[in-house]
Amino acid sequence: MEIAKFDNEMRLQFLNKSENESFARATVAAFVSQIDPTVTVITEIKTAVSEAVTNAVIYAYEDKEDFIYVRCGIKDNEVHITVEDKGVGIENIEKAIEPAYTSKPELERAGMGFTIMQSFMDEIMIESKVGAGTIVKMIKKIEE
Amino acid sequence: MSLVYKCVGKNMLVKFMGEIDHHESKTLRGEIDDVIESDDIKNVIFDFTNVEFMDSSGIGMILGRYRKVEDKDGGVFLVNVRENLDDIFRISGVYSVAKKYDTLSEAMDVV
Repeated sequence: MEIAKFDNEMRLQFLNKSENESFARATVAAFVSQIDPTVTVITEIKTAVSEAVTNAVIYAYEDKEDFIYVRCGIKDNEVHITVEDKGVGIENIEKAIEPAYTSKPELERAGMGFTIMQSFMDEIMIESKVGAGTIVKMIKKIEE
Repeated sequence: MSLVYKCVGKNMLVKFMGEIDHHESKTLRGEIDDVIESDDIKNVIFDFTNVEFMDSSGIGMILGRYRKVEDKDGGVFLVNVRENLDDIFRISGVYSVAKKYDTLSEAMDVV
């Protein structure tokens, strides 16, 4: 994401604490509300953000405290969201996005996070490098 | 997020208020499991009337409780599921183990 690519953009940075999951999704929803999406669209975006941020909280840094970065850009009728961490990375992305796959079943994770992001957003891309971190990019098209 | 619950015999009725996410589900599941064990609960009925938001952490919570009661031939039941939650339940296949009912009395009839 380059600066000035968007009509409007915001960036958030917060520690990988589970308390910040609701902060992140509510903030993105508040920012997106300026283009008057429907309640359904807002809920879908909130859910997708919550899934991506929760993944970063749970998996990115193991037991270390570190930052998660969320960006949200608006261009015409598209909302672009990235959720980024500089954590351990994902070894096998194909496996990670499989429905019902989780590397932490002991935490009662259902393994449905990426599946829900895929079904609620129009596009999703995952870039990850082991030892360097993960970026999840999502696009939602807002109908006029 | 908080919950209120009522036990009728071996059935536990759980009513959530607010948002169900990873953060909240950590405390919710502990509260529910304490009652499942202390009151020897067989069936858990989740009422979603007052749930404003839920992500896939809710799925983990429901499936986790199902695993607690399935050995006793019990089950979990979902009541007052709104459209946005219904999408998540459908996508994740929760309905294969947890049946959905429109009203609480319909669910109470089958437990």
